[in-house]
Amino acid sequence: MIKSLVKKGEYFDSVSLMIVGQDVTKMEYVQDATVIMATQENKSILRTAGLYKKEFEQYNDTDLLIVVKSDFEDKFEEIFENVNNLLNKIRNKKDKQGSYRPKSLEGALQEQPDSNLALISIAGRYAGQEAMKALKKGLNVMLFSDNVSLETEIELKKYAIKNDLLMMGPDCGTAIINGVSLAFSNIVNKGHIGIVAASGTGLQEVSSIISEEGFGISQAIGTGGRDIKEEVEGMMFLKSMEILQDDEETKVIVLIAKPPHPSVVNKIDSKLKNFKKPVVTIFLGTDEKLFNSDNIIVASTLEEAALYACALSNDTEIIEVTKFLNERRDNFQKIIDQKVSEMDSQRKYIRGLFSGGTLCDEALIILGKSISNIFSNRSSSEKSTLTDPWFSKEHTLVDLGEDEFTVGRLHPMMDYELRNKRFIQEAKDLETAVILFDLVLGLGANQKPLKDLLPTLNKVKTIAPEISLICSVTGTAKDPQKRADIIQVLENNDILVMPSNASAAEIANLIINKI
Amino acid sequence: MKFKKLFNKKVKTVNIGLDSFEKDLQQQGQEVTGLDWTPPADLDEHVLQTLKENQDKIERANEKALEIILNGKPYLIGLDIARNVIPGMKDNLLLHAGPPLTWERMSGPMKGAMIGAIIYEGKAKNFKEAEKLGSSGKFKFSPCHEHDTVGPMAGVVSASMPVFVLKNEEYGNYAYCTMNEGLGKVLRYGAYDTETIEKLKWMEKVLYPTLKKAIEFKEKIDLKNIIAQALHMGDEVHNRNRAGTSLFYREIAPAIVETCKDNKITAKVLNFINGNDHFFLNLSMPAAKVTLDAARNIENSSIVIAMTRNGTDFGLQLAGTKDSWFVGKALVPDALYFSGFTKDDANPDIGDSSITETAGLGGFAIAASPAIVQFVGGSATDAVNYTMTMYEIAYGENNIYQVPYLNFRGTPTGIDVAKVVKKGILPFIDTGVAHKDPGIGQVGAGVLSAPMQPFIKAATGLAKNLKK
Repeated sequence: MIKSLVKKGEYFDSVSLMIVGQDVTKMEYVQDATVIMATQENKSILRTAGLYKKEFEQYNDTDLLIVVKSDFEDKFEEIFENVNNLLNKIRNKKDKQGSYRPKSLEGALQEQPDSNLALISIAGRYAGQEAMKALKKGLNVMLFSDNVSLETEIELKKYAIKNDLLMMGPDCGTAIINGVSLAFSNIVNKGHIGIVAASGTGLQEVSSIISEEGFGISQAIGTGGRDIKEEVEGMMFLKSMEILQDDEETKVIVLIAKPPHPSVVNKIDSKLKNFKKPVVTIFLGTDEKLFNSDNIIVASTLEEAALYACALSNDTEIIEVTKFLNERRDNFQKIIDQKVSEMDSQRKYIRGLFSGGTLCDEALIILGKSISNIFSNRSSSEKSTLTDPWFSKEHTLVDLGEDEFTVGRLHPMMDYELRNKRFIQEAKDLETAVILFDLVLGLGANQKPLKDLLPTLNKVKTIAPEISLICSVTGTAKDPQKRADIIQVLENNDILVMPSNASAAEIANLIINKI
Repeated sequence: MKFKKLFNKKVKTVNIGLDSFEKDLQQQGQEVTGLDWTPPADLDEHVLQTLKENQDKIERANEKALEIILNGKPYLIGLDIARNVIPGMKDNLLLHAGPPLTWERMSGPMKGAMIGAIIYEGKAKNFKEAEKLGSSGKFKFSPCHEHDTVGPMAGVVSASMPVFVLKNEEYGNYAYCTMNEGLGKVLRYGAYDTETIEKLKWMEKVLYPTLKKAIEFKEKIDLKNIIAQALHMGDEVHNRNRAGTSLFYREIAPAIVETCKDNKITAKVLNFINGNDHFFLNLSMPAAKVTLDAARNIENSSIVIAMTRNGTDFGLQLAGTKDSWFVGKALVPDALYFSGFTKDDANPDIGDSSITETAGLGGFAIAASPAIVQFVGGSATDAVNYTMTMYEIAYGENNIYQVPYLNFRGTPTGIDVAKVVKKGILPFIDTGVAHKDPGIGQVGAGVLSAPMQPFIKAATGLAKNLKK
């Protein structure tokens, strides 16, 4: 039976509630449970989950719904009391932080009058308004929230540009400003490479590789993925290029994005013509001829872009990077031969399980060069769309960070549960030859990745020892999870860990082609 | 260029949303202020738009309203019988707390107090007779607020009751309030038995003439001064009036001794005032009322000038919307209950006493009153945080009423309905709790937030006026 408890006017953020929800589901006697604000979207989630009750109609955005399914009628009281305790813990944790926690931006600015950045991650329908408030108070904004309308994005960016402010996002997950890593970012060295990115995981991969190579980042500005679409006209992307051009600390600039709209390409192109600083571009899935300007270096992978930038800031010839990558490629052969010899003949398909959208895109491009038909839930053009993203078909790469997987759930970079289930699902498929995956470290990401992932990987090996598990780890030595330690443990567990997402995709590609 | 400024400076972040982002910044050694963000009220887009377009107008009106509220000079100038002084008072009129209310919709304690008042006026002998009269239509009911009056809890005022007379010396307006009956079985909590009526009669026959002479002897008593001192002494003058009562006692006691020739009566009257920690509540309330009433009818102002409950509804009035009431359902307070009672016994919120919060006292000044923090969660930090939160919806800060703990910062004053709906933060009210049945009385004391609905209606009402 299903019972519910409603707390009117009690607001909690969605992440806190998801964590509470997870804990409740794990409680004894509980079959299923949800703890959510009574928004329209959440009500429809309850409907799909079969947890909806007619009386919920009267509640709205600021009311908290606790819905529990259990066969033990006499346990509900106890369950609800436990939920209350969990919620109180969250509340008290906040209160314990000592001094007053303001309720509004206005209140925060009284507490900290010289604030210069607002990091906004509240629900999309409120986020635009808060961002505008912050801009009007003269704050730069990083808007992590998605579900902000296109019109609002344009309005915000116009205002920001007019007032010389950064408007990063909406849907901007990564930025590094003055050496401070924000939201989903890695902790990197400070240095002289500036980045403008319309892609969060792309920025994470490039900045991490640069830092691991011993170089550093001056500023890394995220714009949000929609910035380079026709409607937003690359407003913040172009502005950020200018800013880095003027920034004395920045010696080399890297531009990262998916293919921009042609009108935006033209604008970037004309800006590049008068550029004084060396520029490396990585516009995934475009060819070298995207820009007419000849004073740019075009990279074909995120890793290549990072290495080019390092070389440029070090006065090393670009050709050295190419040489290095070629030499490394030659060394792949031995690994490939070994992996192929382990494989039984039935197994022929690759399954990619990604938490980073751009990393998935990059793998699709690399694998797409020799495999004609790869299924994916990424909305890029050349790939065949996976009719049901929950089930792989032949060669498949899925991004588990796409909306269909994240409604009512934490992002797969934080919570591995869904991807872990998918690992097992792929392992049981007798046609799976390679499982390719990413592991993104850093702030915001899962803080105990090995504990949450290793048991699953070992289970995969028990089910199907022949499957090649190939991954790359996006992160740095300075990240709280410590990249080198993670790699060490993975390797000790016979996982093939490649130095970058691109090289992981590349070796996976070679193995598949050899089977 | 501002970017340069950002790039050369330390990043100082305001984090609005996920707590983990705040912690990550702290771990990087960065300065960050995290918000305990609340979503705004569910308000019509057009209303928000109208408020936005008229922001300057509203701002100017609010400045004026705040100035009037801060300049108010509430004085106690006399005691008199209600029918002699309260505008529109009649023998068949019963005033009550909160927004307008019909007999049928009255809650238990409100009905009980009405019955008590009918018996007190000699129009009925017992509950049955009084109830019949009350429901007969022979009596008219009207909010205290519409007669320059306020009353705690049920707030029932009938024609023969003695009332304090207050004057706002700056603006010349008046306000009235009955004398506080003390604790136990009292009319304001809906009691109507013989004991209750006898006490009211004693107050009319003995307390009233004695105190009246004493106040006449003093000519006037500066209540603003007493309230300011009481805040320094641990009162917020709503749920705690111990300091205010003591200060008032020091003012009035010598005058009573001077003017009352009967030692026994002198002693009884002095003991009555001294023995009732809430005696001053019936002065702090009209002091707030007389101060706020001067700011009525300031076109376009979004400042709340009355916030009150009748045990069924919660209602409020704005400076900028004349005499309109914006009404919603009254809520049941979170309270500490006297032994033997629970929340199930509690009546929804009742009383005009939230006029204190409206004037920047009571729950708004609870940081000044550590002695009663058990009402708000037990720690002094909780109390401070409540007051801090109220600064977010107040238009200004008080010039006279201060919170010592906050370095004598003025209390948050002048509730701005626009801020309430935009920030989704509701006024915080201290309150006593009445039993839901008539005749039982007080069952606890506690706190609650005002309901959102009346504030949404008020913002909508103001927007309508602005569009005209």
